[in-house]
Amino acid sequence: MVAVYERSYQNATKVTRKANPFGFDPIFAALSKAAAITVLVLLAGIMASMIYGGWPAFREFGLGFLTGTQWDTMNDKYGGLPAIVGTLSTALIAMVIGVPLSIGTAIYLTQLAPAWFKRPVGTAVELLAAVPSIIYGMWGLFVFVPLFAAYFQVPVSQVVEGMPIVGTILYARSPSGLGILSAGIILAFMIVPFIASLTRDMLDQIPTVLRESAYGVGCTTWEVVRHVLLPQAGVSIVGAIMLGLGRALGETMAVTFVIGNANRLSPSIMDPGSTIASRIASEFNEALGMQMNALIGLGCVLFFVTFVVLVIARILVSRVKQY
Amino acid sequence: MSQMAVQDAPSAAAPNKDAQVCIGVKNLDFYYGGFHALKNINMNFFDRQVTAMIGPSGCGKSTLLRVFNRIYSLYPEQRATGEVMLDGRNIISDNVDINELRARIGMVFQKPTPFPMSIYDNCAFGMRLYEKLSKSELDDRVEQALRKAALWDEVKDKLKQSGMGLSGGQQQRMCIARTIAQQPDVILFDEPTSALDPISTGKIEELIEELRADFSIVIVTHNMQQAARISQYTAFMYLGELIEFGPTTKIFMEPQQKRTLDYVTGRFG
Repeated sequence: MVAVYERSYQNATKVTRKANPFGFDPIFAALSKAAAITVLVLLAGIMASMIYGGWPAFREFGLGFLTGTQWDTMNDKYGGLPAIVGTLSTALIAMVIGVPLSIGTAIYLTQLAPAWFKRPVGTAVELLAAVPSIIYGMWGLFVFVPLFAAYFQVPVSQVVEGMPIVGTILYARSPSGLGILSAGIILAFMIVPFIASLTRDMLDQIPTVLRESAYGVGCTTWEVVRHVLLPQAGVSIVGAIMLGLGRALGETMAVTFVIGNANRLSPSIMDPGSTIASRIASEFNEALGMQMNALIGLGCVLFFVTFVVLVIARILVSRVKQY
Repeated sequence: MSQMAVQDAPSAAAPNKDAQVCIGVKNLDFYYGGFHALKNINMNFFDRQVTAMIGPSGCGKSTLLRVFNRIYSLYPEQRATGEVMLDGRNIISDNVDINELRARIGMVFQKPTPFPMSIYDNCAFGMRLYEKLSKSELDDRVEQALRKAALWDEVKDKLKQSGMGLSGGQQQRMCIARTIAQQPDVILFDEPTSALDPISTGKIEELIEELRADFSIVIVTHNMQQAARISQYTAFMYLGELIEFGPTTKIFMEPQQKRTLDYVTGRFG
């Protein structure tokens, strides 16, 4: 064996290649560099044109653009507060409902589900993440909203009417099913598969021996999850939640369908409202002059908020604890 | 007898002939799904003695260890049949409280497994689950455990710091402290030094020698010298069978089986 190997090695033709400065490599390098720079130029271009387009609105209304509650297309007075509040409150509702659901799903899939059940549920979660948002919007409007109005808004409004605080927050003046809460719930449905599959991947990365070690001390499954697995995955789960938040803040189509698109700021989450994205989507077609500038300005605000959220998310996700 | 065996001459204390049986294994079979991993194991583990399990990879020694604290029960496809008696109870029967059993049978793994919390909380973790202790009792027990694990002097000023910040050898001793703080009856060591440097290994071995005064110890090891250095009893396993079991001196100096002789003299494995 050894002899054969040595002989064939000696007989092998030695191939020598000289570096060719005029070969394909320099072109290849230049092309990939150009591709990377294109992305940067696009991002910078979008940022610049957003700021340029929104600038007249910022100059005209100053800080009032963020704090004003009037969105008056007749008199060209634009304050973005209802849309900003709508964006933040729908995202918050989505988080409050969606995060426990997502983490519960991830824990079930990684720790409790029997093997034969893991795959179908895991695949379903991933398929849910791939459903286009317009489908959520249609389903929300045609199926969810009427049910929500009949079986949640109406009875809840009757119960809370006249009560302090909850009577304001949960009272629906026109129980149509459309509103901030409906939008938040639809958003929750949309971010659950997203956060759940990320969290599942993170829990899966935790070494088996750590999990066995926690069980070995005498922990119940709940104690293992609560004291060892979740803290171990800790920061990166927060990162996954932030990625979901980024998505909830910017989601447009589904929200536009179910939020009711009202320009008024209402204290009740049962009332129609609007988010930045839904406002832009529903008005952009007919916008001219200052209204266009105001919409672009709102876009700038959204861009900035989601950008910050995503940056924080990326930092947290990348800080996965090394075991 | 070859020279190898003489080099491996056991140096640990002689076994205590009067030691009580702590774990009695009878007709134990173990299956990973369809794979028959342990075949009719019969042996006794003695109270406050160190028993070493040796044998080539895949011989079933870790599997046997994992039966004693029922860790295998986490995986539905793994099952054991037979008898493993501890305090008059068959611990592999269905009516055993697994969590309580695991609190009584501590386990230290191949790699250190610090929990994501402070050194103090790591050590107090098991006690907090099973005992209602006052702050000062808890402090005492944590200090005792860390002293026994020969770690107290190194960490007494940073008990509130994360356990993940310690070196590998320190983390492993912290895991041992966490285990002994619970005052278990038996401590299982699954190749506790395979991920450690020689100095940390030496410390852990000394520690196991000392822990023998209070606990029954079962240790799985790939390192025959280690078995010879620290154990009173040695069991040699091969392909899921218990080939030979007896006082360590006997296994290393005058084994009865040819396969044991071949293994301890390094002819295979």
